[in-house]
Amino acid sequence: MDLVAAVGLQILYGIANLALISLGLAIIFGMMRVINLAHGEFLMLGGYTVVVAANAGVNIWIAMLILAPLVVGVIGVVVERLLIRWLYGRMIDTLLATWGLSLLFIGLVTSIFGASTATTISPPLGVISIGEYTSSAYELLLIGITAALGIAVFLALKMTNLGLVARGTMQNAEMASALGVSTSRIYMITFGVGAAVTGLAGGLLAPVTGVLPTIGSVYIAKAFITVISGGAAILAGTASASVLLGGVNGIAAFLTGPTIGEVALLLTAIVLLRLMPRGITGGIFRKSL
Amino acid sequence: MTLARDVRGMLAVAAVGVLFMLVAPSVLELFTIINLTTAIALAVLALSLALIWGYGGILCFGQNAFFGIGAYAYTIAAINFGGSSWAILVAILVAVAFAVIIGYVMFYGRVSDVYLAVITLTVSLILYSLIRRTSGPDYKIGKSLLGGFNGITSPPINLPWDSSFVLFPEHVFYVAMGGLILAYLFTSWLTRTHFGRVCVSIRENELRAELLGYDVRFYKLAIFAVGAGIAGLAGVLFCNGVGRVTPDVFNLYTSALTIIWVIVGGRGTLIGPILGAFGLFYLTSALGTQSTVNNNLVLGIILVVFVLGVPKGVIPTVADWIAARRSRRALRVRERRMRMRRTRGGSGAGVGAGRGSPDGTGAAARASE
Repeated sequence: MDLVAAVGLQILYGIANLALISLGLAIIFGMMRVINLAHGEFLMLGGYTVVVAANAGVNIWIAMLILAPLVVGVIGVVVERLLIRWLYGRMIDTLLATWGLSLLFIGLVTSIFGASTATTISPPLGVISIGEYTSSAYELLLIGITAALGIAVFLALKMTNLGLVARGTMQNAEMASALGVSTSRIYMITFGVGAAVTGLAGGLLAPVTGVLPTIGSVYIAKAFITVISGGAAILAGTASASVLLGGVNGIAAFLTGPTIGEVALLLTAIVLLRLMPRGITGGIFRKSL
Repeated sequence: MTLARDVRGMLAVAAVGVLFMLVAPSVLELFTIINLTTAIALAVLALSLALIWGYGGILCFGQNAFFGIGAYAYTIAAINFGGSSWAILVAILVAVAFAVIIGYVMFYGRVSDVYLAVITLTVSLILYSLIRRTSGPDYKIGKSLLGGFNGITSPPINLPWDSSFVLFPEHVFYVAMGGLILAYLFTSWLTRTHFGRVCVSIRENELRAELLGYDVRFYKLAIFAVGAGIAGLAGVLFCNGVGRVTPDVFNLYTSALTIIWVIVGGRGTLIGPILGAFGLFYLTSALGTQSTVNNNLVLGIILVVFVLGVPKGVIPTVADWIAARRSRRALRVRERRMRMRRTRGGSGAGVGAGRGSPDGTGAAARASE
């Protein structure tokens, strides 16, 4: 029983982790149909923000929950204004430009902080025990924060005026702009919000994984495959793909080890895309958010 | 006329290659030659992406996956067989087979451009993290350990009829250069066949090609598989040049480099990406010797600048510029001739101008293209 609870918690954490690292990417993809290839670097920058701030004496919670999203969100807006804005409608060029940006960020951070791990910070909170097994309380907190983040995005899209306009733009950008919505401004805000959510995720994961200039590449494969498998709907897509892929990954990893876990994740995604090329929400749950 | 010039250009490029292959070893030092072998292998990889992206219109961000698979398959097969000849064939076939599986899912599932790019990139990244974890004696294929992070030492190529006669690095140079020239001739030929033209038409307008009765999925899968085979060959040459194969062939940096060669050299040409690979190979080696400017930083800036400023790439941009200059000059010459004719025979001026203008506008239209 304890084993089941412990393994179940581990799988749940895997799912939450996947959703956390993918949500920011999904927001940008869902709104703009653009895959941000610098996504991993936004996570990395969030992590660096937390490590630098914590080493400078800032309270770690403030650094993780406020500074990381703020800093990366601002970077996102700047990037959108300077680079992405010129490439709307040229999807492939956008991909390439964000890839260039990704390399640029890696190079920049390496030049400033060096290629090796910056001073690490240990995860706050201790361990909790489930019978004879122990689990990190911080992981539990991450599950909670991921759920809260999902609910916050849902409410923002459903309840606020901006969310309404954003959904309208997402469905039909031309019609929205004919009705007087500045789609350029909506895109800027979307990119900023997506970056901020990504920065938050990177900041929250920094104590668990440590930070490196190239840490982005650890996340992006999983984040990309989650968003692609999920399809265009931001929340339903991320949630369903995270549950499916995280579940498969967790179960396969529990049975055979982490190597097979990742291969199982990829195989599931590939079979899924053969059946539903537009992702889960392109096939079912079409009307969802 | 244009076709003949086209073929002449292709043969001229091949001739320059052959000349370089024959002259280089007697002029350059051994160290440079060994380095060149690696650069040539990368140029073959660039060529494979030039084919499938530039002509097939398939945006593959993980072309290095096939490259790495080729390198690993060659090394593992050569260790198991005790000779290289069949191993080369195995490497190419394994890369093609892998591409057919991935390609079947993507093209027959009608996955869109952006998805395709991201899926191929993800495949490469997952191979990277997978193969990195294979250290230790448990992970082996036949007699060959996979070696995890450290990779495997690749057995050098031997003579096809005598597996005890192993080629020296300076001989591997000939093999690599020969491989590049053959791959170039093969791809140039392929793009001129009916098959190649259908692929280009699909790149230009997929729906129209489909309505004309071509099975778009099949053509895309076929050119993708051919590209993967060439990338597999590049992998064989690469692990012979370097002497070992490590998981780094699958990493994000290699994926990015491959894309950058093609972007910088120019999509829609074959020679452009080859030159791009050589140029950037020497640029990154030069950058590697100093520590003030970071390699990633420079590559990132190059990529962003090219996407925003020179989206066609160097070779097509220069070719356009030369063509525009040439037709402008032709126009000037024709105008001058006309003016002279007009001053000589007064009454024929109107007729002359009338006859001249269609030519003139034609040339101007060509110049503005």
